Amino acid sequence: MTATVTKPPAPPARHVRRARRSRRSREMWLLMLPALVPVVLFSVGPLLYGIGLAFTDAKNTRNHETTFVGLENFVQLMGDDDFWSSFRIGIIWSVSVTVLQFLAALGLALLLNENLRFRGVARVLAVVPWAMPPVVIGLMWKLVYHPDAGILNSLLGTDINWLADFSLALPAIIVVGVWTGMPQTTVVLLAGLQGVPRELYEAVEVDGAGRWRRFWNITLPQLKPVIVAITSLDFVWNFNQFGLVYVLTQGGPGGRTRLPMLFAYEEAFRYRYAGYASMLGLAMAIVVLTVLGLYLWRQMRETR
Amino acid sequence: MNGKKAGGVRRAPQYLALAAYIVFLAFPLVWLLSTALKTPQEMAQADPTWIPREPTLANFADAFGEQDLVGAATRSLVVALLASVITVVIALPAAYAMARYRSLVNRIAIGWVLVSQVFPFILIIIPLFMILRDMDLVNTLPGLVIVHVTFTLPFALWMLQGYVRAVPPELEEAAAVDGATRLRSITSVVAPLLAPGVVATLLFAFISSWNEFLFALVILQDPDVMTLPLTLARFVGPEGVARLGPLAAASLMATIPSLIFFAIIQRRLKSGLMAGAVKG
Repeated sequence: MTATVTKPPAPPARHVRRARRSRRSREMWLLMLPALVPVVLFSVGPLLYGIGLAFTDAKNTRNHETTFVGLENFVQLMGDDDFWSSFRIGIIWSVSVTVLQFLAALGLALLLNENLRFRGVARVLAVVPWAMPPVVIGLMWKLVYHPDAGILNSLLGTDINWLADFSLALPAIIVVGVWTGMPQTTVVLLAGLQGVPRELYEAVEVDGAGRWRRFWNITLPQLKPVIVAITSLDFVWNFNQFGLVYVLTQGGPGGRTRLPMLFAYEEAFRYRYAGYASMLGLAMAIVVLTVLGLYLWRQMRETR
Repeated sequence: MNGKKAGGVRRAPQYLALAAYIVFLAFPLVWLLSTALKTPQEMAQADPTWIPREPTLANFADAFGEQDLVGAATRSLVVALLASVITVVIALPAAYAMARYRSLVNRIAIGWVLVSQVFPFILIIIPLFMILRDMDLVNTLPGLVIVHVTFTLPFALWMLQGYVRAVPPELEEAAAVDGATRLRSITSVVAPLLAPGVVATLLFAFISSWNEFLFALVILQDPDVMTLPLTLARFVGPEGVARLGPLAAASLMATIPSLIFFAIIQRRLKSGLMAGAVKG
């Protein structure tokens, strides 16, 4: 112990360390720079600008005088029936698609995790929708739902114009949403399933636990972090969905499928109300962050 | 897990469920293919058939005649190639920094990646449109490339920093001990190990750009500069009246690049994003 008294003095070491740290920090900044510049110029900048726009009467036209109007857009938004209806539709759409696609994906992932024949076919099929452009998925389902040439009416022996029907249009596009999003969720859940340690199953098998108990007591708790992550992401992605629904219904009939994103797009690029549309975007962000925050908070509290 | 004897009967419900999934996933695809191969006469018949009686490739030819598909596909290809290459080139050093240095900037970068997934694009796209208009980049492909780079960047950063983390720092340290400079240790030790991850990220960025619709819709309003998804959407027309055969044919053609790329990913990548799903 006494020998260590003569160890090298601390100050130079700290000095060296600081010099090294500042060199490392310079290196880091240099490495970050190429990505940082476009992110600041074309993402962070516009985002802040967009939040600012929400409090102005900006029009999306050249040479328009923009004045600060405070919360005027917000007040107008709160009194806008179209806003409330699009948000109601957005929540219904996003929650149903997220829940249904999760349940369907969980089932498929469990099946694909078993040693079944033909699972290769299902596995390939489960990736295909992921690779397809959303516009193509929209057009494809338009063909399925087509009142005359579509296969659905032919299969069911019905004569329904699915996407133009006031009460059926939303359920019809929810099915498309599930079809579109299920594969990605399946892939993530499957990866999660393969990470569950086999020993856990072996341990309860000794106790004679059945298939259902194994799923309920081991698989589900083990998957929980993955489930929380993927369902919250799915909710956000679904809430912000645009292309798919734009192609399927353009928000129709009579606004019955007008998701918030379509509403905002129309306000900003058809009617050119940049300020108002930005406030709409802000409201969407707040809704998404609130729902997400509550959900994650509850999940975390339960885990504890 | 069950005895082999019981397996066959017990598995019947599982096979039934699997069959239901396969039907659900496959039937719109089959219908798309079937529609693409039908003659207009057959399309007009009251009760549609699954398998075309006289399959024809005429719709594929017609599709090119109705819209400028070759031009649109070329533009999509150029935009997606440029956007994906630029994304990876600028994301790679930053991802390396994110994985290897601990600092505040780092945490901010990770925070930004997460936030960018949550924020509604509309909040960015309105000001971005105004900025690009002032730069005279609306209705131009460079304008769309810029937008696509910034929108694929967060996820590319996320993927790449994961791949960098998977490379043990000890390898670099060992190279440094052997007298290699940092740059040299990166190019000769880290880069080869990172290659599969870079390919995966490149493909991800390419497909994101190839499929992207909303930004393209906003930035490109002139039919002469539209990318493939926009041109396809024009098939529907405002009243939804369209010739379904060419529409289906064009849709199928638009999917081909993605399918090719996914096939490549499946074969070439043993680790990463889809590892769990891909390995048999």
